[in-house]
Amino acid sequence: MDERKPAKIVLRELQDRIAQDAWDAKQRGEKVGWCASNFPQEITTAMGIPVVYPENMGAAVGAKGGGQRMCEYAEGMGYSNDLCSYSRINFAYTDLKRCEELEIPFPDFLLCCNNICNCMIKWYENLALELDVPLILIDIPHLDAMTCDADRVKYIRAQFDDCIAQLEEITGKKMDYDRLNEVMSISQRSSKAWLRAVGYMSAEPSPFSGFDIFNNMAVACVGRGTVEAADAFEQLADEYAALVKEGKSTFKGEEKYRILFEGIACWSNLRFTYKTLQSRGINLTASIYGPAFSFLYSNLDELMAAYSYVPNSNCFEKELQLRVDDALKNKVDGAVFHMNRSCKHWSGNLYEMERQFREKTGVPTIVFDGDQSDPRCFSEAQYETRVDALTEIMEQRKKEAAQ
Amino acid sequence: MADIYTLGIDVGSTTSKCLILKNGTEIAASSLIPAGTGTSGPGRALAETLNDAGLKLEELAAVTATGYGRNTFEGADFVVSELSCHALGAAALMPGVRTVIDIGGQDAKVLRVSPAGRLERFLMNDKCAAGTGRFLEVMARVLETDVSQLAEMDEKAKGVVPISSTCTVFAESEVISQLAKNVDIRDLVAGIHASVAVRTAGLARRLGVTAPVGMTGGVARNAGVVRALEKELNAPIAVSPMAQLAGAYGAALYGFKKKEG
Repeated sequence: MDERKPAKIVLRELQDRIAQDAWDAKQRGEKVGWCASNFPQEITTAMGIPVVYPENMGAAVGAKGGGQRMCEYAEGMGYSNDLCSYSRINFAYTDLKRCEELEIPFPDFLLCCNNICNCMIKWYENLALELDVPLILIDIPHLDAMTCDADRVKYIRAQFDDCIAQLEEITGKKMDYDRLNEVMSISQRSSKAWLRAVGYMSAEPSPFSGFDIFNNMAVACVGRGTVEAADAFEQLADEYAALVKEGKSTFKGEEKYRILFEGIACWSNLRFTYKTLQSRGINLTASIYGPAFSFLYSNLDELMAAYSYVPNSNCFEKELQLRVDDALKNKVDGAVFHMNRSCKHWSGNLYEMERQFREKTGVPTIVFDGDQSDPRCFSEAQYETRVDALTEIMEQRKKEAAQ
Repeated sequence: MADIYTLGIDVGSTTSKCLILKNGTEIAASSLIPAGTGTSGPGRALAETLNDAGLKLEELAAVTATGYGRNTFEGADFVVSELSCHALGAAALMPGVRTVIDIGGQDAKVLRVSPAGRLERFLMNDKCAAGTGRFLEVMARVLETDVSQLAEMDEKAKGVVPISSTCTVFAESEVISQLAKNVDIRDLVAGIHASVAVRTAGLARRLGVTAPVGMTGGVARNAGVVRALEKELNAPIAVSPMAQLAGAYGAALYGFKKKEG
């Protein structure tokens, strides 16, 4: 019998430990950074530089009920309510210097990478001015082709090398390239294990409730270069494999319908959005959001290319193909598209993404309004009505298919 | 064989609609109370319909609740979304209809209905509810008239004063500023209707319009909006005299089909 703690507990504890490590480092007088979620973490992990993630803080504050208060505070500072709620929570925290839901140590430098969001450059530039700390940007050009070519790799690589030089100067720590190779190797273990874990969603029934991705992915973002994360993701994948073998699932109730959930979770309304689906026997079995925090490569040049394959950095055609492939592989009966008012990239092309996705997969879809961490954009009744109607359409289709 | 009576109740945001079907085809009774979920409306609509039909609750084969307040209505055998119910009801009231536009008190929907009357797909308004029944009520109040008078005023319009704002509050200001310019109020009503039509037609085009087109919901009673929508979509729109009861009709029909197996 496996005496280990369940992987989800190991992951949660690891997430807490990584956060505490940053506080401890700050206490010791080490330089700590604020970092964008898809910044090449291999650099900071290999150099032993602690970083924390304002985006993760924004999600956590939203999930713990502080999103509206922090957003409203930022709006009182003069920021528009059209700005991303993660950024508004971060701006409010920067000014207040406290947040009852979650706090992160203040930064000595900023690491921005625009592969997840181009608007983020302005967010971080603003922080650099407000906090008077240096900003290092790795600019990943939007990929207007299906693959990343050599010129792009060269452009990203030059910035990668320059970032290391700047960090050496800021922190006084030197890059050890053997250690970098080791971290890259560990990151591959983590990424492959995380992809293997979420890949089990294609099983019928899926071995887990798809909303678990939103909890487990945090470590994929903040700690994938650590041995502990690689071990935990391998354990998670093994646990799912065992459940598949037994035909069991952590999803509560019968998995009557399988859906693709498009977009970032509504952290402030996570429980309601989940329960509304779960109570109708709907499990999330496809999402490109969670797997986005895995990067596959076998050398440094491939690492550069991998960081340009972040979904939000891809051309529409590639993004569409990712979703269609995911939906078909994981045999979804429908799709729920989150019109995330925070995210200009995601909401900007959502209607067209929904249309082409529906036409290519043939599954019914709904679009609902919401936000990643600002609950004012979400209506429970509007969401519930759409989910009910989607369920009725999926039920009817199953009946017709059975006849 | 004994007659089968099924009741559908559509608990909307502003009105409660109730209807009893006899054997899935004949309307035994119906009622419409201008008070929606969270008020006495649903209970009154239920009591009035039962009374008019001369039936008791226990004599009903099924009660199906739909609409915004469907989950809080007690005593339903079935709870079905208003989207499926409007599709079913519209297909029964307007046989052959393929596209249904439903504008209710606080949302607008466009439905694609299968030839068999099943909901195939739908779109609803996004986070802004401008262009719905509530929008017209607000505008009627500004114009010091009743929403039921808008269609007649529109019919007498000689022109259209454009209202460009999509936000209800901004549109209200725009209407007030037009009133201050002494424009013909009937032309202003035509402009209000045109703004609703443009917004709803955009939703319909996103879904794809397949003829024949029908309209349900309270706003379908406003011939001015229907005319403006026909012009915008360049297609005739069928409206049943029972348009506002289409959801309740569909709910009653759903119950009948369930009971019939």
